[in-house]
Amino acid sequence: MSNPFLSVRDLTVDFHTEDGVVHAVDGLSFDVEKGTTLGIVGESGSGKSVTNLSVLGLHNPETTKISGEIHLDGQELIGASRSTMEKLRGNKVAMIFQDPLTSLSPYHTIGRQIGEVYRKHTGASKAEAKARAVEMLTRVGIPQPKIRVDDYPHQFSGGMRQRAMIAMALVCDPDLLIADEPTTALDVTVQAQILDLLKELQDQTGASIIMITHDLGVVASTAHNVLVMYAGRAVERGTVKEVLGEPRHPYTWGLLASMPRLTASVDVPLTPVRGTPPSLINLPSGCPFHPRCDYVNLAGPELCRGERPELSPHRGHGDACYLTLAQKREIHQ
Amino acid sequence: MSEPLLEVSGLEKHFPVTGGLLFKRQVGKVHAVDGLDLTVQTGETLGLVGESGCGKSTTGRLVARLLEPTGGSIRYDGREIAHASRKDLKPIRAEIQMIFQDPYSSLNPRHTVGTIIGGPMEINGINPPGGREKRVKELLEIVGLNPEHYNRFPHEFSGGQRQRIGVARALSLSPKLIVADEPVSALDVSIQAQVVNLLQQLQRDMGIAFLFIAHDLAIVRHFSQRVAVMYLGKIVEIGDRASLYERPRHPYTHALLSAVPEASVESGSRERIRLAGDVPSPIDPPSGCRFRTRCWKAQDKCATEEPPLVRLGGNREGHLTACHFPEEPTVHGEDVVLDPALLG
Repeated sequence: MSNPFLSVRDLTVDFHTEDGVVHAVDGLSFDVEKGTTLGIVGESGSGKSVTNLSVLGLHNPETTKISGEIHLDGQELIGASRSTMEKLRGNKVAMIFQDPLTSLSPYHTIGRQIGEVYRKHTGASKAEAKARAVEMLTRVGIPQPKIRVDDYPHQFSGGMRQRAMIAMALVCDPDLLIADEPTTALDVTVQAQILDLLKELQDQTGASIIMITHDLGVVASTAHNVLVMYAGRAVERGTVKEVLGEPRHPYTWGLLASMPRLTASVDVPLTPVRGTPPSLINLPSGCPFHPRCDYVNLAGPELCRGERPELSPHRGHGDACYLTLAQKREIHQ
Repeated sequence: MSEPLLEVSGLEKHFPVTGGLLFKRQVGKVHAVDGLDLTVQTGETLGLVGESGCGKSTTGRLVARLLEPTGGSIRYDGREIAHASRKDLKPIRAEIQMIFQDPYSSLNPRHTVGTIIGGPMEINGINPPGGREKRVKELLEIVGLNPEHYNRFPHEFSGGQRQRIGVARALSLSPKLIVADEPVSALDVSIQAQVVNLLQQLQRDMGIAFLFIAHDLAIVRHFSQRVAVMYLGKIVEIGDRASLYERPRHPYTHALLSAVPEASVESGSRERIRLAGDVPSPIDPPSGCRFRTRCWKAQDKCATEEPPLVRLGGNREGHLTACHFPEEPTVHGEDVVLDPALLG
């Protein structure tokens, strides 16, 4: 595949704050192929949400400095004009936010909010937009859509609101859907419903999805490919099978080992990652993970503290770590 | 069996719902907790799981007596505390401590760490040998923080460190029971494990009993010896960890377990049960079995007769289930999908 649907190259996002420059994203590259789901995993402050806000052009231009390249279906998005971005947003690219209550306007009916996007991009009439809203609510499984379309967000439960958000995101049949922690605020049984729904809709429409989450379980059940982020950089990339089955980066090991599982033995204590994530204003030298890593001495302290490791190899299952492949395999066993 | 440290029976908490513009009339009540029986033995952990709105946090607050129940009894260490006065509660408050979910809003931003952790000792007039400051520094060390941070303010700490401050505060009076309400759900994955390990260590070293409230079934399984599953203010299933997780008998427990996404690549063997819809309103809970509106096994009997919480044939001692048509002990049936959006 020579032309991925979305291709991000060397993306750097800096915020200017009173305390200094925050390096939120620092040289990130990834691709999303058509019809596939990329899971972006990382902890708070790893830059996963910021990356996707820049794809949508939703950053504040006065305080944010972005460089690099973002190609969506061949079109360069960095430096694109406001009107170009407005035509893309909601139409070709759409987003689902974490908290469906704060992302919906309490003053407008669900139907109007879904219809607004449709009218803006297609110039449809009010009646057409409403009919479309009913159709979308039916597709995302809201019971009695003809009645519920006139409800306000507070009349919906959490899971229904998230379904309404999905309906709104899909109303113009976008080619790329960015879901930022779409199920974090929901209960497990509802989370399972929403994840199934997203998969189902992807099968129907062939859209690409970027699934941002901190939960490796969500990634395992929905994504095709995974990108693990740490301190604004990608530390591991590959298919779900590669990254979860044979993880290579010490941070990925740490994440997996610190998660309790339903099937694991309960007598073994969890092995958390030491310490806390670094400040993005003052990043550690070299590999940003080295202050928390157990294998610095094995890989060579000068290497780890000296220069930042690149994600290698460039294609397929890659990771940014100085340990040799043999060492990684042995440690993971 | 010795007498349990905590024995709750028939516990009820109904919050009034008022309506009307001028005269606030009571128009209904939220059945937050509606007839709950549970026990916690000295030094053990009882995990309490359920979805939001099932009453698990209210239960925690009732046990810590931050709320007064509208019915039922709470016996702590042989004493009835359900309606005890403030004065009678004071010595008991020292023994039952609480850890809260949000490490940001549960610490006073204007107080130093020393004041926050020393606060409970000051209120209770406790003067440990060597002074309070020495004790606070010891506690900081126990929870894995630097004792030199005594004079710092909460905003100087990360979320995980703040939660450790909350743990140190709960430990300051040497409690026998800690009610931990979602103590790790606001933390990042790698930090969650640090705090879970700390709590386990403390339990081993000090023999503290925990009522561990969480919605994350994997964390609860890791931390609790016994687990209770709540649905709409009632316990639907309770039992020791191995029995409950390996052989769930209540359809709701089964559905909850099957909904947890696992971070592994070979997940083909697991069953999928997808519940439709949401939890009904606790203002007007369904008659009979409260789960019947989402249950795929529900029959007429479920609407008329409330199933008692009993030990079913084939279950271990202490594993109780409230269901008329329980699951077989070893069921590996077909996928159950009840979500209308997925049936096409």
